[in-house]
Amino acid sequence: MVGGLFIIITSQNYLKKVVGLAIFQTAVFVFFVSLAKVLDGTAPILTKMANAYSNPLPHVLILTAIVVGVATSALGLALVLQIYKNYETIEEKEIESLELKSDK
Amino acid sequence: MFDIFLDDAPALVVVLPLLISAIIAFMPSKIWPWIISIITLLLHLFLSLHLLKEISVSGLIIYEFGNWEPPWGISFKIDGVNIGLQLLFSIFVLVSTFYSRKIFLNEIDYRDSGKAYSLWLLAVGSLNGIILTNDIFNLFVFLEISALASISLIALGAGQNRKALLAAFNYLIIGAIGATFYVIGVGFAYAMTGTLNMNDLVIQLAQYSDGQLAIFAGMSFMLIGLMVKAAIFPVHIWLPPAYSYAPSAVSTLLAALATKTILYFFVRLLYEVFIIYPSYLSLFLDFVLYPLSLLAIFIGTVIAIYQDDIKKLLAFSSIAQIGYITLAFSLKDHSGVASGFVHVFNHALIKGGLFMAVGYFAILYKDRVTLNSLKGFGYKYPITSFALLICGLSLIGLPLTNGFISKLYLFQALYTNQMYFSIALVAVSSALAVVYFWKIVEQMWFSEIKFKSEKEDAYIYLPIWIVTISIIVFGIYSTPIIEFSNLSADYLISGYQN
Repeated sequence: MVGGLFIIITSQNYLKKVVGLAIFQTAVFVFFVSLAKVLDGTAPILTKMANAYSNPLPHVLILTAIVVGVATSALGLALVLQIYKNYETIEEKEIESLELKSDK
Repeated sequence: MFDIFLDDAPALVVVLPLLISAIIAFMPSKIWPWIISIITLLLHLFLSLHLLKEISVSGLIIYEFGNWEPPWGISFKIDGVNIGLQLLFSIFVLVSTFYSRKIFLNEIDYRDSGKAYSLWLLAVGSLNGIILTNDIFNLFVFLEISALASISLIALGAGQNRKALLAAFNYLIIGAIGATFYVIGVGFAYAMTGTLNMNDLVIQLAQYSDGQLAIFAGMSFMLIGLMVKAAIFPVHIWLPPAYSYAPSAVSTLLAALATKTILYFFVRLLYEVFIIYPSYLSLFLDFVLYPLSLLAIFIGTVIAIYQDDIKKLLAFSSIAQIGYITLAFSLKDHSGVASGFVHVFNHALIKGGLFMAVGYFAILYKDRVTLNSLKGFGYKYPITSFALLICGLSLIGLPLTNGFISKLYLFQALYTNQMYFSIALVAVSSALAVVYFWKIVEQMWFSEIKFKSEKEDAYIYLPIWIVTISIIVFGIYSTPIIEFSNLSADYLISGYQN
């Protein structure tokens, strides 16, 4: 999680930022799934063998969150593509210097 | 026959825009997407009015999706807190959609108008979901739908200025970090309580009456995530570029309603759920929200003075205005919360009107509106300029406008809490608001260049004047806004005192 945030903050490349965001979000998903584990629990399917079941709800929530994450990444990548088409670079510093030139 | 639909009104106000948005997405026509959107939003307003009627009888509606009982299923809740906001939302969205047609035709490719209205309705539906939902995870989903829809809408501004892409991208990254922080918080809360329903959460949290570290960590994560989304001061940096490079109609919608709905949920979370830990709450309000609001008011106003680009100027003044709202909400008593809600209503109207007028100027001028380009506009386009003047005076807080009512109630609330320093600061920043607004007025009416008045488009200035007239009406007859705000505060604060 911290790794993902680190990438977002430090990298100058927009593509890397999107990847960093994806790592950051995935870390949170894993955190949720780990909450669901019940000691000695099995998958939540009704059988006579089981004594305890793991909690299925966090998985369901994360399924939703994964969809949201995919949409976010897709939109991010689409924006990166458009930025590339307009500026011919996706490096933050180069774009900043381009903008400074155009402002003058 | 309609009764069947009316029973499901709480769900329909959210589902209807979302559903229609999928239908109009690929319409290649110039006009049909707009007509369908208008019809949808008229229905939306009708449903909101129906909800108001229901609420005035019963006082509380809990709508369970699929008839699953609340702790298990997702539920919507409508009570005194959000009915006022729902109504304002419905009306304002209708007016701004009416306004948006000519603006979209000028600013984006007409072949995209189906997609643009599809995203527009998506944003409307999900923002409405934020207002109604009673489930903390469901909120995250709506938060992300609205964020993704508004990011795409902002990126549509790239046809005018390619910086819109950068603004949209920054919003995406910062917004997604905020939302993910919020989810971490939800994870902690769920781990401790096993529930996501807000009412049930209050009951479950009560068993940890002395508080637990995990809960405090979760609460902090949730609050920080929402602060990013609501653009409260140090985490507001995505807002000015996003508002200023978006197509004008989109800026109107976002500035007037997007941050307001999230602020509303922020307050609801604070005063309805986190109220069980009064010491944590007052720590957060006194040492985090209160100083940040003061900083936001002061710094937002000062930066606004130095802006040359009008849309950016308005965006920075939004930061300051959000500061006023959070300042009021940090007061922990009835008068504070009520005055916060008063300003939520009033500021939505004021900023909406201002962005509408400036958006129209941008189209007439065919470029970004800067201070210089406004020279003589007061004579060239008198109808719109006069509306801009009234909205601006209301932003400063002159009597007879609704901005004055906001300031009056805020001062009253601060005075009863004996926060004289804040009173002085709010007064100073109101005076500074005169400075930046006067710069606009000076260019518009007092520059040497004089133009003959030109014809203005009634489709555009009518919605602007509807907003402007409502500003004056609510400035003189403010009872409806005050009543709705008091109702909201009654519901929220009664939990605090028990």
